[in-house]
Amino acid sequence: MSEASAILVLAHRDFAKLLRDRQRIIADFSFPLIFIGILGTTLQAGFGERAGINLLHFVFTGVLAQTVWQSSAMGLISLIADREQDFSQEIFVSPISRYSIILGKILGESLVALPQALGIIAFGFILQVPMSADQLLRMAGAIAVIALFGGAFGVIVVANLSSQRAVNQIFPFVMLPQFFLAGIFNPIGNLPLPLDILSKISPMRYAVDLMRDAYYASAPSGERVQLFDATTNLAIMAGLFIVFMVVGTFLFVRAERNR
Amino acid sequence: MIDVRDLVKRYKKADRNAVDGISFKVRAGEFFALLGPNGAGKTTTISILTTTLSPTGGSASLDGSDIVRDASAVRRKVGIIFQRPSLDQNLTAEENVRFHAILYGLYPYAPTFALMPRAYRDQLADLAKLLGIERDIHKPVRTFSGGMRRKLEIMRGLLHRPKVLFLDEPTAGLDVPSRRTLWDHLTEVRRTSGTTIFLTTHYLEEAEQADRICILDDGRVVSFGTPDDIKRDLVEDYVLIDASERSRLRDELARLGYVAVDGPPFKVQLDGHTVHALLRSIETPLTVVKTHTPSLEDAYLEIVSKPRE
Repeated sequence: MSEASAILVLAHRDFAKLLRDRQRIIADFSFPLIFIGILGTTLQAGFGERAGINLLHFVFTGVLAQTVWQSSAMGLISLIADREQDFSQEIFVSPISRYSIILGKILGESLVALPQALGIIAFGFILQVPMSADQLLRMAGAIAVIALFGGAFGVIVVANLSSQRAVNQIFPFVMLPQFFLAGIFNPIGNLPLPLDILSKISPMRYAVDLMRDAYYASAPSGERVQLFDATTNLAIMAGLFIVFMVVGTFLFVRAERNR
Repeated sequence: MIDVRDLVKRYKKADRNAVDGISFKVRAGEFFALLGPNGAGKTTTISILTTTLSPTGGSASLDGSDIVRDASAVRRKVGIIFQRPSLDQNLTAEENVRFHAILYGLYPYAPTFALMPRAYRDQLADLAKLLGIERDIHKPVRTFSGGMRRKLEIMRGLLHRPKVLFLDEPTAGLDVPSRRTLWDHLTEVRRTSGTTIFLTTHYLEEAEQADRICILDDGRVVSFGTPDDIKRDLVEDYVLIDASERSRLRDELARLGYVAVDGPPFKVQLDGHTVHALLRSIETPLTVVKTHTPSLEDAYLEIVSKPRE
Protein backbone atom coordinates (compact mmCIF):
# COMPACT_ATOMS: atom_id res chain seq x y z
CA MET A 1 0.00 0.00 0.00
CA SER A 2 2.70 2.43 0.99
CA GLU A 3 4.67 1.54 -2.15
CA ALA A 4 1.62 2.38 -4.28
CA SER A 5 1.23 5.68 -2.43
CA ALA A 6 4.91 6.42 -2.94
CA ILE A 7 4.61 5.76 -6.68
CA LEU A 8 1.59 8.07 -6.87
CA VAL A 9 3.23 10.89 -4.94
CA LEU A 10 6.33 10.70 -7.14
CA ALA A 11 4.14 10.89 -10.22
CA HIS A 12 2.08 13.68 -8.67
CA ARG A 13 5.20 15.77 -8.15
CA ASP A 14 6.22 15.61 -11.82
CA PHE A 15 2.73 16.47 -13.00
CA ALA A 16 2.37 19.35 -10.53
CA LYS A 17 5.64 20.76 -11.81
CA LEU A 18 4.42 20.66 -15.40
CA LEU A 19 1.33 22.66 -14.52
CA ARG A 20 3.56 25.36 -13.03
CA ASP A 21 5.83 25.59 -16.06
CA ARG A 22 3.92 27.54 -18.74
CA GLN A 23 6.86 27.90 -21.11
CA ARG A 24 7.25 24.16 -21.24
CA ILE A 25 3.57 23.66 -21.98
CA ILE A 26 3.75 26.07 -24.92
CA ALA A 27 6.98 24.52 -26.25
CA ASP A 28 5.49 21.04 -25.90
CA PHE A 29 2.62 21.93 -28.20
CA SER A 30 4.42 23.78 -30.93
CA PHE A 31 6.49 20.94 -32.41
CA PRO A 32 3.76 18.42 -33.13
CA LEU A 33 1.51 21.14 -34.50
CA ILE A 34 4.19 22.07 -37.03
CA PHE A 35 4.64 18.43 -38.05
CA ILE A 36 0.97 17.74 -38.52
CA GLY A 37 -0.18 21.15 -39.74
CA ILE A 38 2.59 21.74 -42.23
CA LEU A 39 4.15 18.38 -43.04
CA GLY A 40 0.98 16.33 -42.97
CA THR A 41 -1.02 18.84 -44.97
CA THR A 42 1.66 19.36 -47.62
CA LEU A 43 2.34 15.64 -47.97
CA GLN A 44 -1.34 15.00 -48.49
CA ALA A 45 -1.57 17.82 -51.04
CA GLY A 46 1.50 16.59 -52.96
CA PHE A 47 1.36 12.77 -52.78
CA GLY A 48 -1.95 11.91 -51.18
CA GLU A 49 -3.78 10.78 -54.25
CA ARG A 50 -0.92 8.75 -55.67
CA ALA A 51 -0.28 7.04 -52.32
CA GLY A 52 -3.86 5.88 -52.13
CA ILE A 53 -4.13 6.71 -48.44
CA ASN A 54 -4.81 9.97 -46.66
CA LEU A 55 -1.32 11.11 -45.70
CA LEU A 56 -2.66 13.75 -43.30
CA HIS A 57 -4.36 11.00 -41.25
CA PHE A 58 -1.26 8.86 -41.54
CA VAL A 59 1.05 11.61 -40.30
CA PHE A 60 -1.47 12.64 -37.63
CA THR A 61 -1.57 9.19 -36.06
CA GLY A 62 2.19 8.83 -36.40
CA VAL A 63 2.96 12.16 -34.79
CA LEU A 64 0.42 11.60 -32.02
CA ALA A 65 2.15 8.35 -31.03
CA GLN A 66 5.63 9.76 -31.52
CA THR A 67 4.92 12.88 -29.44
CA VAL A 68 3.50 10.95 -26.51
CA TRP A 69 6.24 8.34 -26.62
CA GLN A 70 9.05 10.83 -26.99
CA SER A 71 7.69 13.28 -24.44
CA SER A 72 7.45 10.59 -21.83
CA ALA A 73 10.88 9.15 -22.72
CA MET A 74 12.58 12.53 -22.63
CA GLY A 75 10.70 13.40 -19.48
CA LEU A 76 12.87 10.88 -17.69
CA ILE A 77 15.63 13.46 -17.96
CA SER A 78 14.02 14.69 -14.77
CA LEU A 79 15.72 11.77 -13.02
CA ILE A 80 19.03 13.40 -13.89
CA ALA A 81 17.70 16.91 -13.25
CA ASP A 82 16.61 15.84 -9.76
CA ARG A 83 20.12 14.60 -9.15
CA GLU A 84 21.65 17.86 -10.34
CA GLN A 85 19.28 19.88 -8.19
CA ASP A 86 20.11 17.67 -5.20
CA PHE A 87 16.56 16.47 -4.84
CA SER A 88 17.18 12.83 -5.80
CA GLN A 89 19.05 12.30 -2.52
CA GLU A 90 15.77 12.91 -0.69
CA ILE A 91 14.09 10.29 -2.85
CA PHE A 92 16.91 7.77 -2.73
CA VAL A 93 17.33 7.72 1.07
CA SER A 94 13.66 6.92 1.49
CA PRO A 95 12.84 3.32 2.39
CA ILE A 96 10.77 2.56 -0.72
CA SER A 97 11.84 0.07 -3.37
CA ARG A 98 14.08 1.41 -6.14
CA TYR A 99 11.64 -0.06 -8.67
CA SER A 100 8.86 2.01 -7.12
CA ILE A 101 10.97 5.14 -7.54
CA ILE A 102 11.55 4.45 -11.23
CA LEU A 103 7.93 3.38 -11.76
CA GLY A 104 6.76 6.60 -10.10
CA LYS A 105 8.93 8.64 -12.44
CA ILE A 106 7.65 6.74 -15.49
CA LEU A 107 4.06 7.27 -14.39
CA GLY A 108 4.69 10.95 -13.69
CA GLU A 109 6.27 11.63 -17.05
CA SER A 110 3.48 9.65 -18.74
CA LEU A 111 0.97 11.97 -17.11
CA VAL A 112 3.01 14.94 -18.27
CA ALA A 113 2.74 13.64 -21.86
CA LEU A 114 -1.07 13.46 -21.72
CA PRO A 115 -1.94 17.15 -22.09
CA GLN A 116 0.14 17.15 -25.25
CA ALA A 117 -1.87 14.25 -26.62
CA LEU A 118 -5.08 16.15 -25.88
CA GLY A 119 -3.74 19.20 -27.70
CA ILE A 120 -2.81 17.17 -30.75
CA ILE A 121 -6.21 15.49 -30.90
CA ALA A 122 -7.89 18.90 -30.66
CA PHE A 123 -5.69 20.07 -33.51
CA GLY A 124 -6.70 16.97 -35.47
CA PHE A 125 -10.33 18.03 -35.17
CA ILE A 126 -9.43 21.47 -36.50
CA LEU A 127 -7.74 19.86 -39.52
CA GLN A 128 -10.83 17.73 -39.93
CA VAL A 129 -9.19 14.39 -39.28
CA PRO A 130 -12.25 12.18 -38.77
CA MET A 131 -12.39 10.55 -35.33
CA SER A 132 -15.40 8.65 -34.02
CA ALA A 133 -16.10 8.01 -30.35
CA ASP A 134 -14.98 4.40 -30.81
CA GLN A 135 -11.74 5.49 -32.38
CA LEU A 136 -11.12 8.06 -29.65
CA LEU A 137 -11.67 5.49 -26.95
CA ARG A 138 -9.22 3.06 -28.54
CA MET A 139 -6.73 5.87 -29.11
CA ALA A 140 -6.99 6.96 -25.46
CA GLY A 141 -6.06 3.44 -24.39
CA ALA A 142 -3.18 3.41 -26.87
CA ILE A 143 -1.93 6.79 -25.60
CA ALA A 144 -1.75 5.50 -22.03
CA VAL A 145 0.19 2.39 -23.06
CA ILE A 146 2.51 4.36 -25.35
CA ALA A 147 3.30 6.93 -22.64
CA LEU A 148 4.28 4.27 -20.12
CA PHE A 149 6.32 2.43 -22.75
CA GLY A 150 8.12 5.67 -23.70
CA GLY A 151 8.92 6.34 -20.04
CA ALA A 152 10.51 2.91 -19.67
CA PHE A 153 12.60 3.56 -22.78
CA GLY A 154 13.69 6.87 -21.24
CA VAL A 155 14.92 5.07 -18.13
CA ILE A 156 17.23 2.81 -20.12
CA VAL A 157 18.62 5.80 -22.06
CA VAL A 158 19.37 7.96 -19.02
CA ALA A 159 20.39 5.11 -16.69
CA ASN A 160 24.10 5.45 -17.26
CA LEU A 161 24.32 9.16 -18.04
CA SER A 162 25.67 11.57 -15.50
CA SER A 163 24.43 15.00 -16.59
CA GLN A 164 21.55 16.70 -18.41
CA ARG A 165 24.06 17.84 -20.97
CA ALA A 166 25.00 14.27 -21.78
CA VAL A 167 21.33 13.31 -21.99
CA ASN A 168 20.59 16.18 -24.36
CA GLN A 169 23.43 15.05 -26.59
CA ILE A 170 22.39 11.42 -26.62
CA PHE A 171 18.66 11.80 -27.14
CA PRO A 172 18.77 13.08 -30.75
CA PHE A 173 20.90 10.06 -31.66
CA VAL A 174 18.43 7.57 -30.27
CA MET A 175 15.34 9.50 -31.42
CA LEU A 176 16.00 10.83 -34.91
CA PRO A 177 16.65 7.50 -36.68
CA GLN A 178 13.51 6.12 -35.06
CA PHE A 179 11.46 8.97 -36.58
CA PHE A 180 12.00 7.35 -39.94
CA LEU A 181 12.41 3.71 -38.89
CA ALA A 182 9.14 3.86 -36.96
CA GLY A 183 7.24 5.16 -39.97
CA ILE A 184 5.83 8.35 -38.54
CA PHE A 185 5.79 10.20 -41.88
CA ASN A 186 6.77 7.41 -44.26
CA PRO A 187 5.26 3.97 -44.82
CA ILE A 188 7.69 1.23 -43.75
CA GLY A 189 5.82 -1.82 -45.01
CA ASN A 190 8.32 -2.66 -47.77
CA LEU A 191 11.78 -1.83 -46.41
CA PRO A 192 14.99 -3.48 -47.65
CA LEU A 193 16.16 -6.16 -45.20
CA PRO A 194 18.83 -4.16 -43.27
CA LEU A 195 16.44 -1.26 -42.72
CA ASP A 196 13.64 -3.67 -41.91
CA ILE A 197 15.78 -5.18 -39.15
CA LEU A 198 16.66 -1.72 -37.83
CA SER A 199 13.01 -0.79 -37.95
CA LYS A 200 12.00 -3.87 -36.01
CA ILE A 201 14.49 -3.10 -33.23
CA SER A 202 13.24 0.51 -32.97
CA PRO A 203 10.93 0.59 -29.93
CA MET A 204 9.10 3.67 -31.26
CA ARG A 205 7.82 1.57 -34.19
CA TYR A 206 5.56 -0.45 -31.90
CA ALA A 207 4.17 2.72 -30.32
CA VAL A 208 3.33 4.21 -33.71
CA ASP A 209 1.90 0.94 -34.98
CA LEU A 210 -0.32 0.53 -31.92
CA MET A 211 -1.74 4.01 -32.48
CA ARG A 212 -2.53 3.11 -36.09
CA ASP A 213 -4.11 -0.15 -34.91
CA ALA A 214 -6.34 1.99 -32.70
CA TYR A 215 -7.17 4.57 -35.36
CA TYR A 216 -7.54 2.39 -38.44
CA ALA A 217 -9.18 -0.61 -36.73
CA SER A 218 -12.49 -0.02 -38.45
CA ALA A 219 -11.31 1.83 -41.55
CA PRO A 220 -11.38 0.15 -44.96
CA SER A 221 -7.89 1.37 -45.87
CA GLY A 222 -6.60 0.14 -42.50
CA GLU A 223 -4.78 -2.87 -43.81
CA ARG A 224 -2.51 -0.69 -45.83
CA VAL A 225 -0.89 1.12 -42.92
CA GLN A 226 -0.90 -1.25 -39.97
CA LEU A 227 2.05 -3.62 -39.65
CA PHE A 228 1.23 -5.86 -36.67
CA ASP A 229 -2.11 -6.35 -35.00
CA ALA A 230 -2.77 -4.65 -31.67
CA THR A 231 -2.26 -7.81 -29.60
CA THR A 232 1.18 -8.43 -31.09
CA ASN A 233 2.22 -4.81 -30.58
CA LEU A 234 0.94 -4.85 -26.99
CA ALA A 235 2.77 -8.08 -26.23
CA ILE A 236 6.05 -6.73 -27.66
CA MET A 237 5.67 -3.46 -25.75
CA ALA A 238 4.85 -5.26 -22.50
CA GLY A 239 7.95 -7.42 -22.87
CA LEU A 240 10.18 -4.47 -23.68
CA PHE A 241 8.65 -2.44 -20.82
CA ILE A 242 9.67 -5.05 -18.29
CA VAL A 243 13.16 -5.37 -19.74
CA PHE A 244 13.72 -1.58 -19.90
CA MET A 245 12.31 -1.08 -16.44
CA VAL A 246 14.29 -3.83 -14.69
CA VAL A 247 17.59 -3.29 -16.51
CA GLY A 248 17.19 0.52 -16.38
CA THR A 249 16.52 0.53 -12.64
CA PHE A 250 19.44 -1.78 -12.00
CA LEU A 251 21.82 0.37 -14.07
CA PHE A 252 20.57 3.65 -12.64
CA VAL A 253 20.80 2.53 -9.02
CA ARG A 254 24.21 1.03 -9.61
CA ALA A 255 25.45 4.28 -11.15
CA GLU A 256 24.00 6.21 -8.16
CA ARG A 257 25.65 4.08 -5.49
CA ASN A 258 28.94 3.01 -7.11
CA ARG A 259 30.51 6.34 -7.65
CA MET B 1 23.57 2.54 17.62
CA ILE B 2 26.13 2.88 14.84
CA ASP B 3 29.09 0.56 14.50
CA VAL B 4 31.67 1.34 11.83
CA ARG B 5 34.49 -1.11 11.16
CA ASP B 6 37.48 -0.51 8.90
CA LEU B 7 35.33 1.40 6.44
CA VAL B 8 37.03 2.17 3.13
CA LYS B 9 35.78 4.13 0.13
CA ARG B 10 37.71 4.78 -3.01
CA TYR B 11 35.83 6.66 -5.71
CA LYS B 12 36.11 5.52 -9.29
CA LYS B 13 39.16 6.97 -11.03
CA ALA B 14 40.55 8.22 -7.70
CA ASP B 15 44.12 7.38 -6.80
CA ARG B 16 43.63 7.40 -3.06
CA ASN B 17 40.95 6.43 -0.57
CA ALA B 18 38.42 9.12 0.37
CA VAL B 19 37.74 7.15 3.55
CA ASP B 20 40.71 5.06 4.58
CA GLY B 21 39.85 2.34 7.08
CA ILE B 22 37.94 4.22 9.77
CA SER B 23 36.30 2.61 12.81
CA PHE B 24 34.13 4.13 15.53
CA LYS B 25 30.94 3.57 17.47
CA VAL B 26 28.07 5.91 18.20
CA ARG B 27 25.86 5.26 21.24
CA ALA B 28 22.08 5.52 21.26
CA GLY B 29 20.81 9.00 22.13
CA GLU B 30 24.26 10.49 21.73
CA PHE B 31 25.13 13.75 20.02
CA PHE B 32 28.06 12.70 17.88
CA ALA B 33 30.17 15.01 15.76
CA LEU B 34 32.38 14.06 12.86
CA LEU B 35 34.83 16.91 12.55
CA GLY B 36 37.34 17.55 9.82
CA PRO B 37 38.45 19.95 7.11
CA ASN B 38 36.95 19.92 3.62
CA GLY B 39 37.84 16.72 1.80
CA ALA B 40 38.47 14.76 4.99
CA GLY B 41 35.82 12.16 4.09
CA LYS B 42 32.91 13.36 6.23
CA THR B 43 30.23 13.46 3.53
CA THR B 44 31.50 10.19 2.07
CA THR B 45 31.11 8.56 5.49
CA ILE B 46 27.59 9.93 5.92
CA SER B 47 26.60 8.85 2.41
CA ILE B 48 27.77 5.31 3.11
CA LEU B 49 26.00 5.18 6.49
CA THR B 50 22.75 6.36 4.90
CA THR B 51 23.12 3.75 2.11
CA THR B 52 23.30 6.17 -0.82
CA LEU B 53 26.90 5.18 -1.56
CA SER B 54 28.48 1.71 -1.61
CA PRO B 55 31.58 1.19 0.54
CA THR B 56 34.70 -0.26 -1.10
CA GLY B 57 35.64 -2.20 2.02
CA GLY B 58 34.86 -2.74 5.68
CA SER B 59 31.42 -2.83 7.22
CA ALA B 60 28.97 -0.77 9.19
CA SER B 61 25.67 -1.35 10.93
CA LEU B 62 23.01 0.96 12.24
CA ASP B 63 20.71 -0.20 15.04
CA GLY B 64 21.71 -3.78 14.18
CA SER B 65 20.97 -3.49 10.45
CA ASP B 66 23.85 -3.92 8.04
CA ILE B 67 24.12 -0.90 5.75
CA VAL B 68 24.76 -3.01 2.66
CA ARG B 69 22.67 -6.16 3.16
CA ASP B 70 19.84 -4.42 5.03
CA ALA B 71 19.86 -1.07 3.26
CA SER B 72 16.09 -0.74 3.23
CA ALA B 73 15.81 -1.29 7.00
CA VAL B 74 18.57 1.26 7.57
CA ARG B 75 16.77 3.85 5.45
CA ARG B 76 13.66 3.46 7.57
CA LYS B 77 15.67 4.30 10.68
CA VAL B 78 17.52 7.38 9.51
CA GLY B 79 16.67 10.95 8.74
CA ILE B 80 19.16 13.07 6.90
CA ILE B 81 19.81 16.74 6.31
CA PHE B 82 22.09 16.92 3.32
CA GLN B 83 24.92 19.33 2.84
CA ARG B 84 23.16 20.79 -0.19
CA PRO B 85 19.51 21.56 0.48
CA SER B 86 17.24 18.91 -0.98
CA LEU B 87 13.89 20.65 -1.04
CA ASP B 88 12.02 20.90 -4.33
CA GLN B 89 12.08 24.63 -5.00
CA ASN B 90 9.06 24.42 -7.29
CA LEU B 91 6.84 22.94 -4.62
CA THR B 92 5.38 24.67 -1.58
CA ALA B 93 6.67 23.94 1.89
CA GLU B 94 3.56 21.87 2.57
CA GLU B 95 4.01 19.89 -0.65
CA ASN B 96 7.61 19.12 0.26
CA VAL B 97 6.50 17.87 3.65
CA ARG B 98 3.61 15.89 2.16
CA PHE B 99 5.93 14.31 -0.39
CA HIS B 100 8.21 13.13 2.39
CA ALA B 101 5.40 11.89 4.63
CA ILE B 102 3.88 9.78 1.85
CA LEU B 103 7.24 8.52 0.62
CA TYR B 104 7.94 7.23 4.14
CA GLY B 105 4.54 5.55 4.31
CA LEU B 106 3.21 7.76 7.12
CA TYR B 107 0.01 8.57 5.23
CA PRO B 108 -1.65 7.24 2.08
CA TYR B 109 -1.46 9.32 -1.07
CA ALA B 110 -3.97 12.10 -1.62
CA PRO B 111 -3.77 14.60 -4.47
CA THR B 112 -4.40 17.74 -2.43
CA PHE B 113 -3.75 19.05 1.05
CA ALA B 114 -7.48 19.23 1.81
CA LEU B 115 -7.86 15.53 1.00
CA MET B 116 -5.03 14.46 3.32
CA PRO B 117 -6.06 12.79 6.61
CA ARG B 118 -6.90 15.01 9.57
CA ALA B 119 -3.84 13.69 11.47
CA TYR B 120 -1.55 14.97 8.75
CA ARG B 121 -3.15 18.39 8.63
CA ASP B 122 -2.85 18.70 12.41
CA GLN B 123 0.77 17.61 12.32
CA LEU B 124 1.48 20.15 9.60
CA ALA B 125 -0.19 22.93 11.56
CA ASP B 126 1.98 22.10 14.60
CA LEU B 127 5.07 22.06 12.44
CA ALA B 128 4.25 25.39 10.81
CA LYS B 129 3.65 26.91 14.23
CA LEU B 130 6.94 25.56 15.53
CA LEU B 131 8.78 27.12 12.61
CA GLY B 132 6.70 30.29 12.72
CA ILE B 133 5.62 29.90 9.10
CA GLU B 134 1.86 29.48 9.53
CA ARG B 135 1.24 32.05 6.81
CA ASP B 136 3.92 30.80 4.41
CA ILE B 137 3.45 27.05 4.60
CA HIS B 138 1.56 27.03 1.29
CA LYS B 139 4.09 29.24 -0.48
CA PRO B 140 6.85 27.90 -2.76
CA VAL B 141 10.02 27.01 -0.88
CA ARG B 142 11.83 29.22 -3.40
CA THR B 143 10.58 32.26 -1.46
CA PHE B 144 12.07 31.08 1.88
CA SER B 145 15.33 32.25 3.43
CA GLY B 146 18.26 29.85 3.65
CA GLY B 147 17.86 29.45 7.40
CA MET B 148 14.14 28.78 7.12
CA ARG B 149 14.72 26.14 4.45
CA ARG B 150 17.20 24.40 6.71
CA LYS B 151 14.75 24.32 9.58
CA LEU B 152 12.03 23.02 7.29
CA GLU B 153 14.39 20.28 6.16
CA ILE B 154 15.13 19.30 9.74
CA MET B 155 11.42 19.12 10.57
CA ARG B 156 10.86 17.10 7.44
CA GLY B 157 13.75 14.79 8.35
CA LEU B 158 12.18 14.13 11.75
CA LEU B 159 8.63 13.46 10.50
CA HIS B 160 9.11 9.70 10.36
CA ARG B 161 10.74 9.65 13.82
CA PRO B 162 14.15 8.36 12.76
CA LYS B 163 16.41 6.71 15.32
CA VAL B 164 19.37 8.63 13.97
CA LEU B 165 19.31 12.09 12.45
CA PHE B 166 22.28 12.76 10.19
CA LEU B 167 23.19 16.38 9.62
CA ASP B 168 25.81 17.00 6.98
CA GLU B 169 27.25 20.46 7.59
CA PRO B 170 23.78 21.88 8.21
CA THR B 171 24.98 25.41 8.88
CA ALA B 172 27.16 25.75 5.78
CA GLY B 173 26.22 28.90 3.91
CA LEU B 174 24.09 30.34 6.72
CA ASP B 175 24.69 33.72 8.34
CA VAL B 176 25.44 33.96 12.04
CA PRO B 177 21.89 34.67 13.31
CA SER B 178 20.46 31.84 11.21
CA ARG B 179 23.17 29.54 12.46
CA ARG B 180 22.36 30.41 16.04
CA THR B 181 18.59 29.88 15.71
CA LEU B 182 19.22 26.62 13.88
CA TRP B 183 21.31 25.40 16.80
CA ASP B 184 18.70 26.42 19.33
CA HIS B 185 16.20 24.54 17.23
CA LEU B 186 18.38 21.43 17.11
CA THR B 187 18.99 21.51 20.84
CA GLU B 188 15.24 21.66 21.35
CA VAL B 189 14.70 18.78 18.93
CA ARG B 190 17.24 16.72 20.79
CA ARG B 191 15.73 17.48 24.15
CA THR B 192 12.21 16.55 23.09
CA SER B 193 12.82 13.59 20.77
CA GLY B 194 15.90 11.90 22.23
CA THR B 195 17.06 11.13 18.70
CA THR B 196 20.68 10.17 18.16
CA ILE B 197 22.34 13.01 16.29
CA PHE B 198 25.23 12.46 13.91
CA LEU B 199 26.67 15.77 12.80
CA THR B 200 29.45 16.55 10.40
CA THR B 201 31.01 19.96 10.53
CA HIS B 202 34.21 21.81 9.97
CA TYR B 203 33.35 24.33 12.66
CA LEU B 204 35.03 23.41 15.89
CA GLU B 205 32.64 25.39 18.05
CA GLU B 206 29.73 23.34 16.71
CA ALA B 207 31.52 20.07 17.44
CA GLU B 208 32.41 21.19 20.98
CA GLN B 209 28.75 20.92 21.97
CA ALA B 210 28.74 17.21 21.09
CA ASP B 211 28.96 14.34 23.57
CA ARG B 212 31.77 12.83 21.57
CA ILE B 213 33.84 13.98 18.63
CA CYS B 214 35.63 12.01 15.95
CA ILE B 215 38.20 14.01 14.02
CA LEU B 216 38.85 12.89 10.48
CA ASP B 217 41.68 14.05 8.33
CA ASP B 218 42.57 12.72 4.92
CA GLY B 219 40.16 9.82 5.34
CA ARG B 220 41.54 8.67 8.69
CA VAL B 221 40.51 9.05 12.32
CA VAL B 222 43.08 11.30 13.98
CA SER B 223 41.35 11.78 17.31
CA PHE B 224 38.29 10.43 19.09
CA GLY B 225 36.58 11.09 22.40
CA THR B 226 34.67 13.64 24.47
CA PRO B 227 35.58 17.28 23.83
CA ASP B 228 37.62 17.13 27.06
CA ASP B 229 39.41 13.96 25.95
CA ILE B 230 40.18 15.55 22.64
CA LYS B 231 41.47 18.63 24.35
CA ARG B 232 43.75 16.53 26.53
CA ASP B 233 44.76 14.51 23.55
CA LEU B 234 45.46 17.37 21.21
CA VAL B 235 46.36 20.33 23.30
CA GLU B 236 49.89 20.14 24.51
CA ASP B 237 50.60 22.57 27.36
CA TYR B 238 54.28 23.20 27.82
CA VAL B 239 56.75 25.84 28.93
CA LEU B 240 59.99 26.71 27.22
CA ILE B 241 62.73 27.61 29.69
CA ASP B 242 66.49 28.01 29.58
CA ALA B 243 69.33 29.00 31.87
CA SER B 244 72.96 29.86 31.46
CA GLU B 245 73.75 26.92 33.73
CA ARG B 246 72.04 24.39 31.48
CA SER B 247 73.31 21.18 33.09
CA ARG B 248 72.19 22.40 36.52
CA LEU B 249 68.73 23.14 35.15
CA ARG B 250 68.57 19.73 33.46
CA ASP B 251 69.40 17.96 36.73
CA GLU B 252 66.97 20.06 38.67
CA LEU B 253 64.10 19.35 36.27
CA ALA B 254 64.84 15.61 36.45
CA ARG B 255 64.90 15.76 40.24
CA LEU B 256 61.56 17.58 40.33
CA GLY B 257 60.06 14.91 38.08
CA TYR B 258 59.28 17.03 35.02
CA VAL B 259 59.46 15.57 31.56
CA ALA B 260 61.68 17.92 29.57
CA VAL B 261 62.91 17.71 26.02
CA ASP B 262 66.41 19.07 25.70
CA GLY B 263 66.66 22.28 23.72
CA PRO B 264 67.86 24.79 23.80
CA PRO B 265 65.52 25.83 25.18
CA PHE B 266 64.10 23.02 27.36
CA LYS B 267 60.55 22.09 26.49
CA VAL B 268 58.87 21.14 29.78
CA GLN B 269 55.52 19.30 29.68
CA LEU B 270 53.19 20.68 32.29
CA ASP B 271 51.10 17.49 32.66
CA GLY B 272 48.55 19.15 34.87
CA HIS B 273 50.95 21.31 36.84
CA THR B 274 50.57 25.05 36.66
CA VAL B 275 53.24 27.28 35.22
CA HIS B 276 53.40 29.05 38.53
CA ALA B 277 54.17 25.83 40.44
CA LEU B 278 56.87 24.92 37.95
CA LEU B 279 58.63 28.27 38.10
CA ARG B 280 58.43 28.48 41.87
CA SER B 281 60.08 25.09 42.29
CA ILE B 282 63.07 25.90 40.08
CA GLU B 283 66.04 27.46 41.79
CA THR B 284 68.42 27.69 38.84
CA PRO B 285 68.33 31.28 37.53
CA LEU B 286 66.33 31.29 34.30
CA THR B 287 67.17 33.27 31.19
CA VAL B 288 64.15 32.29 29.05
CA VAL B 289 60.51 31.63 30.02
CA LYS B 290 57.88 31.12 27.33
CA THR B 291 54.49 29.54 27.96
CA HIS B 292 52.51 27.65 25.34
CA THR B 293 48.80 27.05 26.00
CA PRO B 294 47.00 26.63 22.68
CA SER B 295 43.23 26.56 22.45
CA LEU B 296 41.42 23.51 21.12
CA GLU B 297 41.04 25.37 17.88
CA ASP B 298 44.79 25.92 17.60
CA ALA B 299 45.36 22.25 18.22
CA TYR B 300 42.74 21.25 15.68
CA LEU B 301 44.23 23.54 13.08
CA GLU B 302 47.66 22.13 13.79
CA ILE B 303 46.41 18.60 13.19
CA VAL B 304 44.50 19.25 10.02
CA SER B 305 47.10 21.47 8.45
CA LYS B 306 49.90 18.93 8.77
CA PRO B 307 51.39 18.20 5.38
CA ARG B 308 49.99 15.02 3.85
CA GLU B 309 52.31 12.04 3.59
